[in-house]
Amino acid sequence: MMKNSRAFYWMVLPGLALFFLFHTVPVLQGIFYSFTDYKGYGEFDFVGLKNYWNLFQDDRVYHAYLFTFQFAIISTLLVNMISLALAMGLNAKIPFRKTMRGIFFLPNVLSILIVGYIFNYIFAFFLPHLASQLGIDALSANILGDPDMAWIGVVIVAVWQAAAFNTILYLAGLQTIPQDLYEAASLDGAGKWKSFWHVTFPMIAPFFTINMVLAMKNFLMVFDHIIALTGGGPGQATEAISLLIYRGGFEGGEFAYQAANSVVYFVLIVIVSVVQLKYLQKREVNL
Amino acid sequence: MKGRSYNVPVTILLILASLVVLFPLYLTVVTAFKTPEEMNRSLLSLPEAWSLSNFTEAIQLTHFFQALGNSVVVTAFTVLFTLLTNSLVAYAIARNLHRRFFRFLYYYFVSAMFVPFPIIMLPIVKETSFLGLNNQGGLIFLYIVYGLAFNIFVYVGYIKSIPKELEEAAYVDGAGPWKVFWKVIFPLLAPMNATVGILTCLWAWNDFLLPLVILSDRESFTLPLVQYVFQSQFSTDYNLAFASYLMALSPMILVYLVAQKWIISGVTRGAVK
Repeated sequence: MMKNSRAFYWMVLPGLALFFLFHTVPVLQGIFYSFTDYKGYGEFDFVGLKNYWNLFQDDRVYHAYLFTFQFAIISTLLVNMISLALAMGLNAKIPFRKTMRGIFFLPNVLSILIVGYIFNYIFAFFLPHLASQLGIDALSANILGDPDMAWIGVVIVAVWQAAAFNTILYLAGLQTIPQDLYEAASLDGAGKWKSFWHVTFPMIAPFFTINMVLAMKNFLMVFDHIIALTGGGPGQATEAISLLIYRGGFEGGEFAYQAANSVVYFVLIVIVSVVQLKYLQKREVNL
Repeated sequence: MKGRSYNVPVTILLILASLVVLFPLYLTVVTAFKTPEEMNRSLLSLPEAWSLSNFTEAIQLTHFFQALGNSVVVTAFTVLFTLLTNSLVAYAIARNLHRRFFRFLYYYFVSAMFVPFPIIMLPIVKETSFLGLNNQGGLIFLYIVYGLAFNIFVYVGYIKSIPKELEEAAYVDGAGPWKVFWKVIFPLLAPMNATVGILTCLWAWNDFLLPLVILSDRESFTLPLVQYVFQSQFSTDYNLAFASYLMALSPMILVYLVAQKWIISGVTRGAVK
């Protein structure tokens, strides 16, 4: 096999070189510029940790992190609860199971941006119109226009779209559980609730882990939803981290500053994912 | 699980839940066919006349067919070359994991999945415009390269489960690794190729952020990007906007209706692996 090994190197080297040039180099550049005062053009000087120091005192940045994490945690929990419930429903004895499954997965193939625009209309126009016709004053305003409520709209769209994927994954998990486990549990006198916590949930633990980690990671990177629904507003009420980096970096002349922001963001995402994986996998073993 | 009859309460709950999924789409369809006057009378009812005028206007305003063509070209080339190249890299890595260099490569590619795009976003825009890659070709190229992280993860997992006997027989017959890959391995990868193809297709077709920062020329904009660009002109006319949204969504909906079973199982396989 020795003479073959050169061919294997040729198979990976072009891919490696391109990936390094177009993925790793930009990451390194981002880290490099985060220590400068580069505006995206022209000359620059090294400023040490000044960008990082300023980040920690910037209310706008602080708010973006707070919003993004709040949004991601709430959406992750909601998506997982709803998806698991839907998957258990789809796994029960129901008519038209394939059609139903098809309907629930449909949002996964749709563009989040366009779905966001459709919901934007629902929140801005349809719901207020309906509410005023029904005489419900509390709902007659556009929730996306309310700094305290706009995040709810973003959560609704995020959950609507992400539930599709998570439901299908949970359904795949549920289908791996042998039926006799339930029969044994009911012989032992376990009710529905008990057999859920002692049979279903432990058996789908690996699926729970994947769904939690993927959902959290995706929601922390939320961008399209925000652009379509609120544009970060009202004011900066729903300005997510990725949107702040995009705006500040491309439109605000804050290339270096937002590069520092994206380094912090990167580190946080890695920490969150690793902690989640460690914790949830440990739980899997204990169950 | 009593008897063989259907679980009625669950069925009713699921039907209600499916209305939550279908209702926004229903609203999209009826709004797209209505006139503003009809909207004033009723938002929910079916249109009185299924008028196509919103669509013809949206097609002209947004240059719909140009954007559709762009999306098709970008997605088709991305999928094709992703399948051909990413599987090859994954094969070389999967069969040499006992070597330190290839094991390092595996972790190098896979760990890139945790890198959020915004950290790359600012420098890559400078890099692509410097290299003249701020166009569709560059976009396709970046999708293929960035796809490596996830695709190597799923391909390597799959290739490891393919027994080596088949390859060894081919090596004995005098074939080299290239020939073995194309003649023996690539055909065996069919289920994983389907998964990677579907996921890549959904990604390239629906992605918004990468085209937003990479594409500089309006003529080259993809469907989601066009909706974004025309948003300000849509804001006064919901009917026009929804005709445009419906046209942008419908190609993928049609594909989904035809290949639903295949798409769902493909996506599931990628995640469960």
